[in-house]
Amino acid sequence: MTISRTDIEKVAVLARIRVDEEQVSALEKDLGNILDLVDQLSAADTDSVAPMAHPLDAVQRLRADEVTENNEREAFQAIAPATENGLYLVPRVIE
Amino acid sequence: MQWDIVIGLEIHVQLATKTKIFSGSSTAYGAEPNTQANAVDLAMPGTLPVPNEQAFRYAVMFGLAVNAEIERRSVFERKNYFYPDLPKGYQTTQLERPIVGPGYVDIDLANGETKRVRIHHAHLEEDAGKSLHEDFHGMTGIDLNRAGTPLIEVVTEPDMTNADEAVAFAKKLHGIVTSLGICDGDMSQGSMRFDVNISLKPKGSDTLGTRTETKNLNSFRFMEQAIAHEVERQMDILEDGGAIVQETRLYNGDRDESRSMRTKEEANDYRYFPCPDLLPVEIDDAFIDEAHNSLPELPDARKVRFKEQYGLNDYDAGLLAGDSQLAAFFEAAADRGKDAKLASNWVQGEFSARLNAEEKPVADSPISGEQLGDLVVRIADNTISSAGAKKVFEALWTGENDSVDAIIDAKGLKQVSDTGELEKMVDEVLASMPDQVAQYQQESDPKKQKKMLGGFMGPLMKASKGQGNPKLFNEILVKKLGG
Repeated sequence: MTISRTDIEKVAVLARIRVDEEQVSALEKDLGNILDLVDQLSAADTDSVAPMAHPLDAVQRLRADEVTENNEREAFQAIAPATENGLYLVPRVIE
Repeated sequence: MQWDIVIGLEIHVQLATKTKIFSGSSTAYGAEPNTQANAVDLAMPGTLPVPNEQAFRYAVMFGLAVNAEIERRSVFERKNYFYPDLPKGYQTTQLERPIVGPGYVDIDLANGETKRVRIHHAHLEEDAGKSLHEDFHGMTGIDLNRAGTPLIEVVTEPDMTNADEAVAFAKKLHGIVTSLGICDGDMSQGSMRFDVNISLKPKGSDTLGTRTETKNLNSFRFMEQAIAHEVERQMDILEDGGAIVQETRLYNGDRDESRSMRTKEEANDYRYFPCPDLLPVEIDDAFIDEAHNSLPELPDARKVRFKEQYGLNDYDAGLLAGDSQLAAFFEAAADRGKDAKLASNWVQGEFSARLNAEEKPVADSPISGEQLGDLVVRIADNTISSAGAKKVFEALWTGENDSVDAIIDAKGLKQVSDTGELEKMVDEVLASMPDQVAQYQQESDPKKQKKMLGGFMGPLMKASKGQGNPKLFNEILVKKLGG
């Protein structure tokens, strides 16, 4: 299976990863190899296997609705690049 | 050209849990920014989500209330997109196996008919944080207190055909979730938010047109306006021979205008996949039975009871039963007032008008149902006139005094209902107005006569200093003039 340059460019945009022009050829090869592996998996006969949502055959444990977290804003904001009035500041986003 | 309007709704309902859906952070509204945003909510590396059992209980209660199938094994998916109020870079939601399957809600239409609106499904997911676009030195402020608040997103089938039906459904759903106690229903705080999908098709056509989605409407009034606005916009485009672009739009209620929100096509490529951090959640019959047993009275059942217990008509019963707080207020007023019809009129009239004018929920009313009941007692036993009752209501509302009888005394609003005293006043007034009396007696049309009675009421109310019982005055007048 091959992956096109446009696919790579699209995936890069979706993942917010900058891909330089000269990297594309190498990525075409690497991602193509990964897709080949998936193709091999797809060849397996799974008719008698129920689709699963998780590799572990287990059930999710649920938590009681009780507040267990304290306010640790100061600690978290100590590593934030910019804060003001308790808010995290990010480059301006326009909806 | 004639068009059919097709409307479907997506409603985000914030669940009234104490903590977030995947962490033990508080969900209390109004805290200082980011004081309720902890490691899991901030997507710190190495953290793992643990789902809140109460969110599942509430979702199951909702499913049972809308006659839906409950999914015994539900799965969480990741919906991937980048936005700074979503620290993980994906929203944890449900796509393939939502907790609540197909169901329905019946709504009352203005013409007295009932219409069934089908629910496609409802799923559990997490809310995002809030972006504050005020200028912070050219940057945007992010408050993640809301990030991770549990939501159920209710998705309807496109069963509504006009704004009235959509609003009726929205109000019905509001009544259901607040009656269940799974949502506080405070729309001004974003506890319920509506997305409206609208498309038009030529009248009678079977093929659906291209739809648009108008997002994040947070009041019934804005929803109604946004639908009218969008229908008109699409109609203009289609009648000019244009095509509708499938897109998300934002409606500005203050300006009654809308604009396109997302234009980049890749913005909608969410690349859903099962969340590897969460195992499938299994719910057993005992859990569902327990939720079933904890269901309170719902609006439909309450409406039937109001008709039987209080003798209300269909319209009044439906309106009062639709909102759990209003229903409780009415019941308190009717039980204390002993006159359900009068209590119903006051709750829907003066009381609701006043709440609306001050944009207050019933919970913030300065007067109680019992107080209104006391007022109803005094209107019903003719102690005060309806004009006097309005003055008492005003004094209760502004907190001048909290006792109906004390207000009546203090303001001298007690009506004179002593017939002897009233007859004397009528005699005096009639003696002073011989021309009008003669006119009345010469008039043969009873309708006109009835009108002419009003001419005597002014002087009578003046003579009694506004305290004469108007109903008795009227009876005495007719008797004396007619003879």
